[in-house]
Amino acid sequence: MKNFFAAFFLIFFFGFKGFSQTYITRNGNISFSSHTALEDVEAENNEAVSVLNAATGDLEFKVAVKSFHFKKTAMEDHFNEDDYMASEKFPKAGFKGKITNISSVNFSKDGVYNVSVSGDLTIRDVTKPISADGTITVKGGNITVTSTFTIKRKEYNVIGEAFVQKKIGEDIQITVNCAYEKQ
Amino acid sequence: MRKKYKLLILILIFCSVKTFSQDTNLDSILDEQMKAKTKNQTQYTEATFKTTRLIDGHTVETTQAGVLDLKVSHRFGTLNQGFYNMFGLDVASMRIGLDYGLTNRLTVGGGRSTFEKQYDGFLKYRLLWQSEGKKNMPVSVTLLSSVMFETDTIALKTEKEISVSPRTSDKFSYAYQVLIGRKFSPNFSLQLAPTMIHENIVDSAFNPNDLFAVGAGARFKLTQRSSINVEYYYQLPGNKLPGTYNTFSIGYEIETGGHVFQLHFSNSTGMTERTFIAENTGRWSKGDIHFGFNISRVFTIKKPKQLKM
Repeated sequence: MKNFFAAFFLIFFFGFKGFSQTYITRNGNISFSSHTALEDVEAENNEAVSVLNAATGDLEFKVAVKSFHFKKTAMEDHFNEDDYMASEKFPKAGFKGKITNISSVNFSKDGVYNVSVSGDLTIRDVTKPISADGTITVKGGNITVTSTFTIKRKEYNVIGEAFVQKKIGEDIQITVNCAYEKQ
Repeated sequence: MRKKYKLLILILIFCSVKTFSQDTNLDSILDEQMKAKTKNQTQYTEATFKTTRLIDGHTVETTQAGVLDLKVSHRFGTLNQGFYNMFGLDVASMRIGLDYGLTNRLTVGGGRSTFEKQYDGFLKYRLLWQSEGKKNMPVSVTLLSSVMFETDTIALKTEKEISVSPRTSDKFSYAYQVLIGRKFSPNFSLQLAPTMIHENIVDSAFNPNDLFAVGAGARFKLTQRSSINVEYYYQLPGNKLPGTYNTFSIGYEIETGGHVFQLHFSNSTGMTERTFIAENTGRWSKGDIHFGFNISRVFTIKKPKQLKM
């Protein structure tokens, strides 16, 4: 009987351990840019939410499309319109995937660790597999995740009108910079 | 033994609750976050109308700070001039003007019209801005004050029935408007415009110098970039100069990144408040209908410092 209790206790103990290895952010920074000779498009979102499971490497992001802000009002209006992101129809974009080499990160030791991520990126309800390289910085129990990768906007049906095609690059560079805390 | 069971149950409950919350739902976090943001911040309604003019008259819109808006407007002759004059296309009256946004709420502008060789200048201030969220405002209210200076002495003399040369002060007229507009949905906006026109000189002592009118205008969006606009100015009873009629205009508007094109039909030749509200002699029923267009082109003079308003 005693062993039975001990087993139970152990299971719960480990369950608890697993739980404490989840990191979360509610104000992650995700920005994107495109550069052409005619126009630089730059926007920033400081309200991305994300969770990272340090035990399994599961990583998930969600952003509200309307929270991307531009310097030019007109550009931001267009970005939300149907020809581009259609933020009324598709209010969120997200990523769900895994850090493939999570075991190489020591969450209890301060340092910068290189990681590889692969998973599915969803924009405008179009889901495509992507993979990217990034870093995890561990400092005093909290972590920061950074990554820069490139996507082709047309694969996600972000087309725009004919007359702006020369102003917006085919490749969009996305930068992730999120500081997490333990949940 | 009993105590141990109790402890076990307690741990079980504790852990199951914890594990439940471990399954973090990002969607609900994001939704909550957006909800809180909507409540705590003010969302100002953008683009009640595409540009600062509906057809002839002003809209509640003001020009963005640091943006220069070049306006080129044409009114051809009346359709009833027949084939020989190509239904009015042989005659053209135009106004060329500039609007500049000093701040997002304050616009200064001016222009010159070929019609009666008139110069005009105006100040426009957005007193209230339609918004939702922390600050809830159902309408936008914009105040307009404009001054018009007619330099065509011959036209002025005929119009006012005076034989002597007019004094400089006789050439001035003023218009004051309170524009009240609301964007009811992304596809429909409506505005009302109580207006007072002051003319320094009128043709007889029986006619008032201050003329009151009420304007109404609406926009019906057809696609993301185009809409149908209508505008009507009603001269209040006892505020009508002899031989003048109310102005009705209907038009089609299309925006192509930086440009706004407006094509319309109107019974007014003039494009300033004095001419189309108080002194319009054209009538739809007689076929005094002008085809016309406005082109608006914006230039960013001063780059905005912060992200949006």
